[in-house]
This record gives sequence, C-alpha cells and structure tokens, in this order.
Amino acid sequence: MDLDAAMLSRIQFAFTISFHIIFPAITIGLATAIAIWEGMWLKTRNPVYFQLAKFWIKPFAITFGMGVVSGIVLSYEFGTNFSKFSELVGPVLGPLLAYEVLTAFFLEAGFLGIMLFGWQRVGEKLHYFATCVVAFGTWVSSFWIIAANSWMHTPAGHKIVEGRFEVDSWMEVIFNPSMPYRLVHMLLAAMLTATFLIGGVSAWYLRKDRDVAFAKKGLSMALWAALVLAPLQVIVGDFHGLNVKEHQPIKVAAMEGIWPETEAGAPLLLFAIPDMENETNHFEVKVPKVASLILTHSLDGEIQGLKSVPPEDRPYVPLIFFSFRIMVGLGMLMVAAAVWGLWLRRKHPQFENKPFLLLMNLMIPTGVICTLAGWYVAEVGRQPWVVHGLVRTMDIVTPLPAERVLFSLTLFVVTYSTLLLVYLYFMAKLVRKGPPDLARLEQHMLDVNAPSFALEWVKKLQREVVED
Amino acid sequence: MDLALFYYLLLGFAVLMYVVLDGFDLGLGILYPWFKSEGERDHMMRSISHVWDGNETWLVFGGVVLFAAFPAAYAGILSTMYTPIMLMLIGLIFRGVAFEYRFKSERSKPLWDSAFFLGSSVATFCQGTILGAVVQGVKVGEQGALDWLSPFSVFTGLALMVAYALLACCYLVMKSRGDIMARAAHLGRKLVVTLMVILAIVSLWTLIANTEVRARWLGGINFVYLMPLPILSALFGWLLYRDLDGQPHETRPFWLAVGLFILGFAGLVVGLFPYLIPHQLTFWQASAPDSSLKFLLPGIFIFLPLIFAYTLWGYRIFSGKVEDFEEGY
Repeated sequence: MDLDAAMLSRIQFAFTISFHIIFPAITIGLATAIAIWEGMWLKTRNPVYFQLAKFWIKPFAITFGMGVVSGIVLSYEFGTNFSKFSELVGPVLGPLLAYEVLTAFFLEAGFLGIMLFGWQRVGEKLHYFATCVVAFGTWVSSFWIIAANSWMHTPAGHKIVEGRFEVDSWMEVIFNPSMPYRLVHMLLAAMLTATFLIGGVSAWYLRKDRDVAFAKKGLSMALWAALVLAPLQVIVGDFHGLNVKEHQPIKVAAMEGIWPETEAGAPLLLFAIPDMENETNHFEVKVPKVASLILTHSLDGEIQGLKSVPPEDRPYVPLIFFSFRIMVGLGMLMVAAAVWGLWLRRKHPQFENKPFLLLMNLMIPTGVICTLAGWYVAEVGRQPWVVHGLVRTMDIVTPLPAERVLFSLTLFVVTYSTLLLVYLYFMAKLVRKGPPDLARLEQHMLDVNAPSFALEWVKKLQREVVED
Repeated sequence: MDLALFYYLLLGFAVLMYVVLDGFDLGLGILYPWFKSEGERDHMMRSISHVWDGNETWLVFGGVVLFAAFPAAYAGILSTMYTPIMLMLIGLIFRGVAFEYRFKSERSKPLWDSAFFLGSSVATFCQGTILGAVVQGVKVGEQGALDWLSPFSVFTGLALMVAYALLACCYLVMKSRGDIMARAAHLGRKLVVTLMVILAIVSLWTLIANTEVRARWLGGINFVYLMPLPILSALFGWLLYRDLDGQPHETRPFWLAVGLFILGFAGLVVGLFPYLIPHQLTFWQASAPDSSLKFLLPGIFIFLPLIFAYTLWGYRIFSGKVEDFEEGY
C-alpha cells in the first residue's frame, strides 16, 4: 500500500466518518427513547418515566455534541480532499445535503436548546414538543444522508453532460434502488444501538443493586424493543442483501468469499481467510449450499463470484468478509439476548438472573460495533468505485502534497483519540452518578412546569437559603 | 431573476448570518482571558450554550450552498485553503465539546476553559485569514503550503478576532448585570476604537492589494454611491462608543455592532461582485446546472422562513438576562 496523498486522504475520510457515525447511531435511538419516556410521563405521571428521560438526556447531550463537531468536518472534507469529486457530483449530492441542513440540522439545533435548557422557561407540553421535534429531526437527517449515500451505491436519475453529472429526475435520485433498504437498515441499527446501550446500563445498575425501579423499567423496555427490532433487522438485512446482489454483485461475492466466476449451490462460510493474490480462501469452515439458499432462496442458485471481474475492479475482500461476519454474528447475538430475555420474563427473574444481566452489560457496545462493521461492508464493498460503476475513487482525490494530508490526518487522530477517551470518561461518570433523585425531581417539577412557576420557585428557594 | 445570482446572494446571506451569529459566541471564547473567575465564565457559557449549535449550523449551510450551487468554487477554495480550514475545524471541535464537558467537570475545568479560549481564537483567526486570502486573490490550485499566509491575511485574521470580541462584548452587555456587564462595556469601548482603526487600514489595504476592488470603488461615479458605506460605518462606531459609555444601553450596542458587520460585509461584496474567487472565477462560471439550482429553490422558500420563525422563537424564550438559578438539563 502506497501512502501517497490519495491514500492518506482516503484514510482520513474513513477515519473521520467512522468516528462521526458512532454518535448519530446513538443519538437517533436515544432521542426517540427520550421522546417516548417524556410522553409516557405526561400521560401516566409515573415518575420513573420522567427519571428515565431526565437521566438519559445527559448522555444524549454529550453524544449529540460530539456528533455535531465531528459532522462539520465531513461537510468540508469533500472540498478539501476530494475536490474533483465535489466538482463532478456536487450538482447531485449538494442539493440533497442542502435539504438535510434546511429540514433537519436547523430544526434539531433550534429545538435542542429548548429540550436541554428550557425546563424552567417553557411549560411541560412545549418542552415535550421540543423533544419530539429533535427526535424527528434526527430521523429526517438520516433520510437525506442515506439518500445521498445510496445514490453513490446505486446511482439513478442522472445523465452526464460534458463530464459533469446533471439530474433528470430528483425522485429517482432520492428514491434510488437501494435507498429504502439502506434507510430502514440504518434506522433499525441506530435504534438497536440505543436499545442495547439503555438495556446494558440498566443491567449494570441491577447488578450493583442500585436504582432498582429505574433500572427495571429501563431494562424491561429495552428488552421489548430488542425483541421487535433485532429479528426485524435480520429480515430487513436479508432484503437488503438481495438488493445488493442485484445491483452490486461483486460486493456480495466479497461478503460471502466466493471466488469462481459463478458458483451454483454456494456454501455459507462460517470462517475463512480470503487470499486476494491467489484468488482463493484458506481454512474454510462451511455449511454447504446455504449461501445460495439465503441469496437466491434456492439450494442450487447461482451466485456471481469475484473472478467475474478483473482484479482492479474488486474491492479489498478480507475487510468486507470479516466485517460482514462480525455484523451478522453480533446481530444474531442480539436476537438471542432478546429471546432469552423474553423466556426469563415469565416470572420476572430476568432482573435477577446474573448471567443474563452480565451479558446485557457486556453487550453495551455491540450496536456501535455492528453499525461500524455494516458501514465498512457497504463502503469498502463499493470500491474501487466512489459512484458505483461510474467514478473511480482514485480519480477524484485532490492532488495535494502528501505531507499536508499527513499533517491533518495526524491532527485528527490525536484530537479524536483524546475526545473519544474524554467522551467515554464522562459517559462512565454520568452512569456512575446515576439517575436524579425521584423525590427531589417530583417536587421540582410540581413547582416548575411553567415559566411563571419557575420564578416563584426560585424566589422560594432564595427565601429558604436566606432562612437557613 | 438569474438563478446563479440568487444563489450568490443566498451564499452571501448565509455567510453574513454565520459571521454575526457564531461571531458573538466565538467572541465570548476570545474574551475569556479578560473574565477570570469561574462564576463569570459559567455565566458567559450559559448565555450561549443553548444557541451555539444553531449558530454554527449556518457555517454548514454556507458550505453546502457553495457545494450545491457553485461546486467549482467549493472545490477550488476548499482544496487551496486546506491548512487553515483543517485548523479551523480542529478549533471548532475543541470549543464545541468544551460546552458539554466544562459543566460536567471539576478538576479538568481549567483545561476546558483553555480549550474554549484557544479553539474559539484559532477558529476565528483561520476564518479571518481565509477571507483575507480569498480577497487578496490566492491562485486556486497552487500547491504552496503557506500560500494562504500573507501579511494581509494575518492582519484580517486578527481583525476578525477583534470584531468577534466586540460583538461578544455587546452580547454580554445584553445578557448580564453588574460587574460582568460593566467590564464588557469597558472592554467593548476599547474594541470599538481598535476596530474602527482596523477597518480603515483593511479598507485602504484592500484597495491597494486588489485592483478589481479598487476599480469598483474608485472608478468614476461609483465613489459617490458607495460613500454612505464608510460614512455610516463611522457613525455606527461612534454611536456604539457612546452607547457603551456610563450606564450602557442594554440591547442597542449589540444591534449597532451587527450593523457594523453588515456594512463591512456589504462593502466587501460590492468590491468583489461578480467574483467568487477574485480574478479567476465568477459565480456564473462556477454555478451548478439549472436542474440542481431549481430543485433547491422550493426548499429555500419554504424552510428558510420557518427556520427564522423557530430560531427567533428560541431566542425569545431565552431572552433577557441569564439567571444564575437556571440549571441545565
């Protein structure tokens, strides 16, 4: 591998986007969960819901902050490192990203302030509205970003005029062939990420035997969510796979480690070490015919293999092969955990079963790992194309001096590593601190549910302080 | 109307919105060394923690408008300004996370204070130098690592720091009482004077450095039409100085400072029109195909007014002084 500016730019983009995607994956799900809890609290007045919302809003806020600052980088990196790409496909991708900013970023930012800091300035209904808008904004944002990303995988609705992309049909660009699958797959991934974060943290409290009512509610809700979301994700993943097979067969060949030009009755490889030079796998552990069964829904179905295209049109196979297995393996673990949780539920011992709580605890990062692994399968699998079949990645990199990119890459690696440590430290700190005290919260909210009440409350507090 | 012209104006508008809005919150970071106590810094941070994210969104919006409507200019400017843009982004990252972590830390608070101060200062300085380098006319596509660095661009970098700091002083006057307010007003007066001198120097320097700007400003009758800009600027500066004296007016200084920004920006745009990259690329040459420009139009007409409405509403909810009792989330 040559570490020229082009490769460094690609590493930098891969690094910055991998870092970024962690945070939206968490916030999309958490925002939705918080909106659900706040709504449940308004409806039932059960304070545990309020406690859940009030507690999780803090991890949400720092995660959102990390997402914002790392996202700004991405919106400028196209231009700095991939200037030819920007010129070429700016007319297609630019407007989609502009719609994302207009319909989602401003919305989230506008209402986030009220959601985080408005407790004493607006009434509870208005506050709930703000929370819902923020959650809605995260969904809208994923819609546009996935539309733009999907178009690069399955481009449609465009024509090329004088070497530049022009759009014929925006409907076809946005709702390109893989977009619906990709969007649902990504949203479910985000929901699952938050689900296992909430479930795992709750399980940790139960293991430590503290904040039990709060943790029971959190774990129980997370398990119901996982029971619906995890199997659903398997089904959606299967549909998505079929769609990829139709439009990007070489990606599927890399995922499955299939080398021959075509293979009928292809086996499912549980493990193997793909060897790109010799165009084969080592140490295969396989289940005969199952890959064909999954991908063609027939035992003898034919699947296109890697050798059907010349070596320079193949992606880097091992990374895709292993990422895919990590994603699927952890996905299956999620399904298993959800089913185990349901089975334990019959007599409510899921709150006492130590091995189960430990498993849930250990599974906190699985959502993030799955999301990243899936992202690598999708993005590395598209190589060597940046726009599938039309634009090669190597042709669109800004001709920068290598040392300049190395300089920025070093800055990002140092900055992001520091930030990730800080982020994990503060997340752990928030979790250790635990949910806010219920009695105090209740009293507080009774006194403060409208701005005018807020002032009264403060005056009362001040009087108390003076009397003390 | 010509679509490219519309997007040129929209781009200018987005930049102006960004400069004014993120200007005051970046400026607060630059002011940190003048407000040393933890209480004062808490207060300053609280006065912007609910809006900084929205303010910074205008930077993203400006970026994507440039990307969507003028892809050639986006590619050219960003790749040429590689180093200052990367430094600006790193600065914005550090100051951005400082908001979240500062209030949750005890021992590491001073560290987040310096992250906020340094991040804000570096980001502002880089924005100023990028602007300066573009105005001066850096050759797009040239590969010298320090092409963007010149006496002029360093000067505009420092100038923008002064301008943001002034805006922040005026914002602080609006958002605080007592000691903080008095100090902000006092600092603000010094900054107005400095800024007026800087504005004069930058204006003259631009006239010397950029022949097109010179031709536009000094060519024939234009001079007469354009005179109101410097005259109004001087008037605003004087009013601002007066308003910050004694018992400062609460909100007027902020609006006067915003006025100064608008005037300065207008002067710049008048000088550069129709170039996006001086001497090299006009906005007509850089514009995207009509299919892209048209697709974005309804979005702009529907959503920009909405954005204004709810942003304004948000500012109203948090209007008035920041109260010490207001806890976060």
